[in-house]
Amino acid sequence: MLEVRNITKRFGNLVAVKDVSMSVKIGELRAIIGPNGAGKTTFFNMISGYFPPTKGSILFQGEDVTHVPAHQRVALGMGRTFQITEVFPELTVHENVLTAAEVKAGQTLHMLPNRADAKLANDVAAEMLALVGLTAKADRLVGELSHGDQRTTEIAMALAQLPRLLLLDEPTAGMGDQETYEITTLIRRLHRERNYTIVLIEHDMRVVFHLADYITVLDQGGLLAEGKPDEIAASEAVQAAYLGESR
Amino acid sequence: MSTDVGTSPAITSVAARRSPIVPRWGVLILVWAVLIAVPYWLPLLGGYTALAGRVLVFGLAAMGLNLLLGFTGVLSFGHAAYFGLGAYGAGLTLRYLAHSTPLAMLLGTLLGGLAGSLFGLLIVRRRGVYFAMCTIAFGQLWYYLAYSWNDFTGGFDGLRDFHREPIGFGRLTLDIAQGGDRFYFFLLAVFAAAVGLMGLLVRSPFGHTLRAIRENERRARFLAIPVERQIWLSFSISCFFTALAGTLYALLNNFADPLALHYSLSGYFVVMCVMGGMRTFWGPLVGAALFVVLQDYISSMTVNWMSFVGAIFVLVVLFFPRGLLGMRRIRGSA
Repeated sequence: MLEVRNITKRFGNLVAVKDVSMSVKIGELRAIIGPNGAGKTTFFNMISGYFPPTKGSILFQGEDVTHVPAHQRVALGMGRTFQITEVFPELTVHENVLTAAEVKAGQTLHMLPNRADAKLANDVAAEMLALVGLTAKADRLVGELSHGDQRTTEIAMALAQLPRLLLLDEPTAGMGDQETYEITTLIRRLHRERNYTIVLIEHDMRVVFHLADYITVLDQGGLLAEGKPDEIAASEAVQAAYLGESR
Repeated sequence: MSTDVGTSPAITSVAARRSPIVPRWGVLILVWAVLIAVPYWLPLLGGYTALAGRVLVFGLAAMGLNLLLGFTGVLSFGHAAYFGLGAYGAGLTLRYLAHSTPLAMLLGTLLGGLAGSLFGLLIVRRRGVYFAMCTIAFGQLWYYLAYSWNDFTGGFDGLRDFHREPIGFGRLTLDIAQGGDRFYFFLLAVFAAAVGLMGLLVRSPFGHTLRAIRENERRARFLAIPVERQIWLSFSISCFFTALAGTLYALLNNFADPLALHYSLSGYFVVMCVMGGMRTFWGPLVGAALFVVLQDYISSMTVNWMSFVGAIFVLVVLFFPRGLLGMRRIRGSA
């Protein structure tokens, strides 16, 4: 599904990511972790196409997307959410998700409303709202909702574009325990029941070890370890990196 | 949401929009009833029908601008250019080309709309103040052209010696050459057709992408919305509507003057949108009505009418920051 080959990113003299590879299979949930400054976000931004790598290549569904800009990757089937919530605050939850569905359905130039268009997009929007559990709040303005519900709206927007791969940038950032639990349950359900392939960055280790099939650990820009959660938990190198950070 | 009990959640999310205080059909009936009945109630208040005609013309121009301003979140301070080009296009057609009102309206609208579309290509990557400055500069270009080209446009004195012509042929002729109610209803019919089109536009998937750009351009881009193309289309369409209003302005006055191109008029259009409520569909019409009536009333007493309109504008912005209609916060259409 996603094949990252030896990518490196330099900003001037700073090497933010050096020579990291990663292979994500269909249906897999991959977590990327690492201490602060490990290069997680830079790595993630190259996958989503926010900027291209200095070296190396990225393949998505067998196609080289190394230099494909982010919005075109979205069209190819990469959905993403952001570390800082990005929604349309003065529109309702339904309108947020509906717009995403309409764009995916190729209706951006449809200037007169018609029933076929509306049914197509409304069905997708309704399905995704039901899937993430926001149906009851569909007509609330997103700006009025709690932080957790706003992030859930973002996930619904990404889902409405029918992605093959879902990229989640710190899905629980800034959330309380209850909200973290709810969004973790949602991601788990998307993964286990709907078989979405998901790559996420996450700081909360409870969330990571609860969700991930495989974990990629970055440290100081390089690949430190890769493996199943129990392997990573047992790895001395990983423990050293995290303890080293807190020293 | 109390009626939702028992229905499936997936269906209610689509079917049951939160209803505003006044339902949408109620607003529509009210607006059109008031507009159609103008010749009957306006004289009772001491007004005259031509004044209502001006409200329609400026209201249409402001509503056209509001597609860009309120529904796309892009500020143009140069829409008088397209309004004026529409007016001159219609006037020049009637004077030099043919005595045909429909042709004058068509050519005027095309002139203003196409000028806007071409200019839009150049500035669509600019944002905020830079975009606004570009629109002012381009607008003033046309103002000075009309101002200086005495032989063709009448220069400072404006374009005269043309007259709106009856529409149709033989027995099916609509004689709008005279003023009065018949011409008002003609204006209202054109207004209704244009505004109906706008209403469909903002409810279409295209209209939804514009709202998304207004709300969060970065997010819109990451939804794969082609932001620049949509803004250009919004700008162009907005120019066409404002140009159409300009042609009506020429027909209304049998006259086109350089001030119809001047950036101060662009500012008035923005004021109309803001006063009425730029996040609402009908706001600019309400703003235009207030503006035109105030101007008419106060300018009969003092030449400094703009000071008073300005003071009222400040009061409206202070007490109704979202405009007179903005308090209603209509969802979906707003």
